[in-house]
Amino acid sequence: MAKFSLYSEESNRSPLSRLWRNFKANHLALLGLWMFIGLTLLATTAPLLAPYGIDQQHSNALLLPPSWHDDGDVHFILGTDDLGRDVLSRLMNGATYTFGLSIVAALVTTIFGVILGTLAGINKGFKSSILNHLLDITLAIPSLLLAIIIIAILGPGLLNTVWAIILALLPQHIHSIRNLVVEELNKDYIGAYRLDGASRGQILFRGVFPNIYEHIVVIFTLALSTAILDIAALGFLKLGAQPPTTEWGAMLAENLGLIYLAPWTVGLPGALLFLSVLATNLVGDGLRKALQARKAT
Amino acid sequence: MQPVLKVQALSKTFKTRSGIFKRDKVKVLKNISFAVLPGQTLAVIGETGSGKSTLAKVLAGAEEADSGQILLNGDMIVDDGASKRECHHIRLIFQDPTRSLNPGLTIGEMLDDCLRFNTKLTQTQRDKKIELTLSRVGLLSEHYEYYPHMFSGGQLQRVALARALILDPKVVVLDEALSSLDPSVRAQIVNLLLKLQEETDLTYVLITHHLSLVKHMSDKLLVLNNGEAVEYGCCDTIFKRPQSKEMKKLLAV
Repeated sequence: MAKFSLYSEESNRSPLSRLWRNFKANHLALLGLWMFIGLTLLATTAPLLAPYGIDQQHSNALLLPPSWHDDGDVHFILGTDDLGRDVLSRLMNGATYTFGLSIVAALVTTIFGVILGTLAGINKGFKSSILNHLLDITLAIPSLLLAIIIIAILGPGLLNTVWAIILALLPQHIHSIRNLVVEELNKDYIGAYRLDGASRGQILFRGVFPNIYEHIVVIFTLALSTAILDIAALGFLKLGAQPPTTEWGAMLAENLGLIYLAPWTVGLPGALLFLSVLATNLVGDGLRKALQARKAT
Repeated sequence: MQPVLKVQALSKTFKTRSGIFKRDKVKVLKNISFAVLPGQTLAVIGETGSGKSTLAKVLAGAEEADSGQILLNGDMIVDDGASKRECHHIRLIFQDPTRSLNPGLTIGEMLDDCLRFNTKLTQTQRDKKIELTLSRVGLLSEHYEYYPHMFSGGQLQRVALARALILDPKVVVLDEALSSLDPSVRAQIVNLLLKLQEETDLTYVLITHHLSLVKHMSDKLLVLNNGEAVEYGCCDTIFKRPQSKEMKKLLAV
């Protein structure tokens, strides 16, 4: 009998913990993950954390610069805008709209994508084709343009934006998840599992999903960064969130006239948008690299 | 003695598409018949594309035959291509164990699933059975918690063997299962297989390229060429006096 190391706890790890170990080694990805967690917490708890309400006006403190500036006031850490509203509170609440709603949109897309993609993957022939190519027409149009078209029909508004983004992202999801499922179903161990007497549902939930859910998370992060940019872009174009909603893109557009007078009212929402997209992409990229590294060993 | 596995006039055709409207039929198995006694080993040899692997898949139930009968202990399990089988009496061991074991499940979970799908044992009985089977193939009960990526190739083949044996099959089909192992590990596994055969009267269908392995392990020999059985009989006789052109070529006489 070959030698065993009986107490090798270090190597006795599930695929998930091996993935985490690879992910952890990538410091940038880890930084992205912390930023991501921070933004998610902010998106869920902003109204409780923010020092002022989003519409609370301070008529004696108009266009105050951030507090580290000579003219700044420590009560308004990131300054105020032209209506005397606290920029910090508005930015914090903005996370709920831009970041939180993007997560919701990407989650809904992923759920529908997984359902439709899996159905397309386990069926064959005509039925699979219909499911797979159900929304392919939307692939011909860029997602932002498609969102604009949908908004032209439904009218501007934050919820319509979310629907538009979901519809625009869905076909890619269906395709990639169907490909994953088909690839997985052709593997030897699925055949062996079938010979063990597993039913279709058991093959799907014990054989296929445990091996592809990390890939689904990667696809989710890709969708998320697109969703953030789309929501902000539509807000900026005044097609999505309407003022005084504190969506970051809408804030940018609202304060664009003040860019020379009060650059912090424009620069800070832009910087936050940049950071949230960066965090999402770092996490997604790190995850993909960790998956590749795990596959290689 | 009644043969444990009897195959009569088994045929299998694959349809391939060679043009938009043209379809070709490839006959991969033509009228294959053989019978194996309990505790015996049947070796199937032949060149690449001669239908060996298809035969293994049909026997194990992964593919349906077009016509012919497979009888297990005299009971029909495939009659003219229509199978009404419980698949746990004939178990297949795949060529490459690194690909035939689900990387997302532990060894224990995988074996437990086998038992759950096919038997009515309780959790404690299943655990006991898994432990017993693991020790039968020379593994430890600690390996219950292990994932496939933590084993070496030879160990994985033992796991694959455990997976086949846990349902107490009558026949185990080894589809090139020993080819990917290095010689010393292969020798270990072969000895293990022979020991298990002695203990429990298992029947093996050994599909391989390896002539010395055939000589060592098998009692009967079936030589396939282009889906046809060109030679069938006692292993020693064929090795001493090959009748067919193909077998002579293989032995280089």
